[in-house]
Amino acid sequence: MTGKGKYWVQNYWRVALGAIVIAALIIAPANFNRYGLFILSQWAVMTIAAMGLNLTLGYAGQVSLAQGAFVGIGAYAAAIMTSQGMPLIAALGVAIVLCFSIGWILGYPALRVQHHYLAFVTLAFSTLAFLVFRNEDWLTKGIYGISNIPRPHILGVATNRPLPFYYVCLGSLGIVSLILWWLIRSPWGRAFLALRENPIRALSLGIDTRRYTLMAFAIGSALGGVAGTLYAPLTQYIDPVPFNLSLSLDLLMMVIVGGAGFFFGPFLGAMIAVLLPEWLRFTEGYYLMLYALAVILLLIYSPTGILGILAHALAERRTKTASALRAVAKSRLETAP
Amino acid sequence: MTAVLEVTNMTKRFGGISAVDGVSFEVHEGEILGLIGPNGCGKSTLFNCILGQLTPSGGEVKVDGKVVTGLRPSDLNRLGVSRTFQLLQVFPKLSVRENLILAGQEHQGNIMSRLFGPSDAGLTGAADQMIGFFKLDHLADEAAGGLSYGQQKLLDAAMAFMGGPRLVLLDEPAGGVNLTMLADLKERLAAINREKRATFVVIEHNMEFVMSLCSRVMVMAEGRILAIGNPAEIRANPAVIEAYLGH
Repeated sequence: MTGKGKYWVQNYWRVALGAIVIAALIIAPANFNRYGLFILSQWAVMTIAAMGLNLTLGYAGQVSLAQGAFVGIGAYAAAIMTSQGMPLIAALGVAIVLCFSIGWILGYPALRVQHHYLAFVTLAFSTLAFLVFRNEDWLTKGIYGISNIPRPHILGVATNRPLPFYYVCLGSLGIVSLILWWLIRSPWGRAFLALRENPIRALSLGIDTRRYTLMAFAIGSALGGVAGTLYAPLTQYIDPVPFNLSLSLDLLMMVIVGGAGFFFGPFLGAMIAVLLPEWLRFTEGYYLMLYALAVILLLIYSPTGILGILAHALAERRTKTASALRAVAKSRLETAP
Repeated sequence: MTAVLEVTNMTKRFGGISAVDGVSFEVHEGEILGLIGPNGCGKSTLFNCILGQLTPSGGEVKVDGKVVTGLRPSDLNRLGVSRTFQLLQVFPKLSVRENLILAGQEHQGNIMSRLFGPSDAGLTGAADQMIGFFKLDHLADEAAGGLSYGQQKLLDAAMAFMGGPRLVLLDEPAGGVNLTMLADLKERLAAINREKRATFVVIEHNMEFVMSLCSRVMVMAEGRILAIGNPAEIRANPAVIEAYLGH
């Protein structure tokens, strides 16, 4: 059990930091105003969607420009069903099954094409979904949108007010994080990584790359659906516009900026995408330009995103420590008789 | 003796060129068959056709008497046929141990137990045993990408044995490996062959390595089998000397 003990000591600071962040996320918002809570809830929702894309893109290496469409499917499922008086949890189930199935089907092109070709296939799907949201009035009420989307009762507690609903979003984020953490550290996670790094070698080791590719798409898409079912009751009004291609691009940017293939990448990426525009508001008309510039500079400096910088720094420190140890060992050897 | 691998009339054409042209041979249980021949004679193409990485233009492959032609490499691997590649194919970001666990995990349980079961698929012990067997103990937790070329070659070979294969096809295992490590590798391969009754087919250009490791040697030239026999016969075969070994 010394291995386990070592693990906890090594990760002591991480655990402490995690506890502080979680406590802050629970306690601090109690004093936030309506708008602050809305932004923070939006961060939690977008993080869930970005985590899904991070699984598909960051871990399994399959490009998708359709994540926004899955958020839309989830949001419409929630809006339509809860407006009819059905519980949100039922909508969640429908959204997961629907997005998982569509994501699975969307994975098939990935078995044939890769990279920018795959991006185009998923982009086409994204456009298709948008057209369905906009044109199928009988289901989605088209450009007029669906308003007065109710917020759920959780264990008999109404979550109409911003603070309780923020906790719903935060709690969901927590659950999704735990599930995804389990998935990533399971043999599946290792298989996803093998798929990204070297599909031919993976195949020769018995890894069914077809099944894992489809699974990566399906699970990632289902998480987009989960985010959507929270998005609808958060805004309480949805129309097709938020789910057009730009949402997919935003989510892609969150994953890349935060650090694709890093577990906490989407948390950071979503924070930057959702919060930074708010913080830069004082610059008035310039905020979008500054924001774009910051992203460009970041990606030039570190193509692997913010967490890429951190990982690089840690690796460098380890290398330095190792070479220092080697230098000591060498000098001892040289001075030895 | 039963034939673990039986290849009949294997043919692979690329356009008008026959890279592999009607090759038939058998490999028996516990045997180490060497496969030699000049560059471009179709050795690697033959491997890729046997393993389902390429679709053969014609011919049949049987493993333990069962026809496996057209199976995908992943299915074939789970049936107990494993391989290494000519170029290094380890996963550089994973540790040595993780590489080995990855190489074995699809042979354990089913898709659900791989999701809900332990993270190492119960393979840490087996991986550490393999690490010990290939004398990589001090490197178990190192990222594979940080190992020397020779060490990565050893790991690459070790990965092929994690699933407990019946048949292993090794594509130039000795390429670029220094002499000390080469002796190590040969000795390890011979030991696995003895202890686990694993059957090998080995492509290799290092004659010393092939002649001392293999029980039989098959020589290919221009997509066809030129000669097949024990190392002494091959050394003495005038056609082989002409085409490959040199005077």
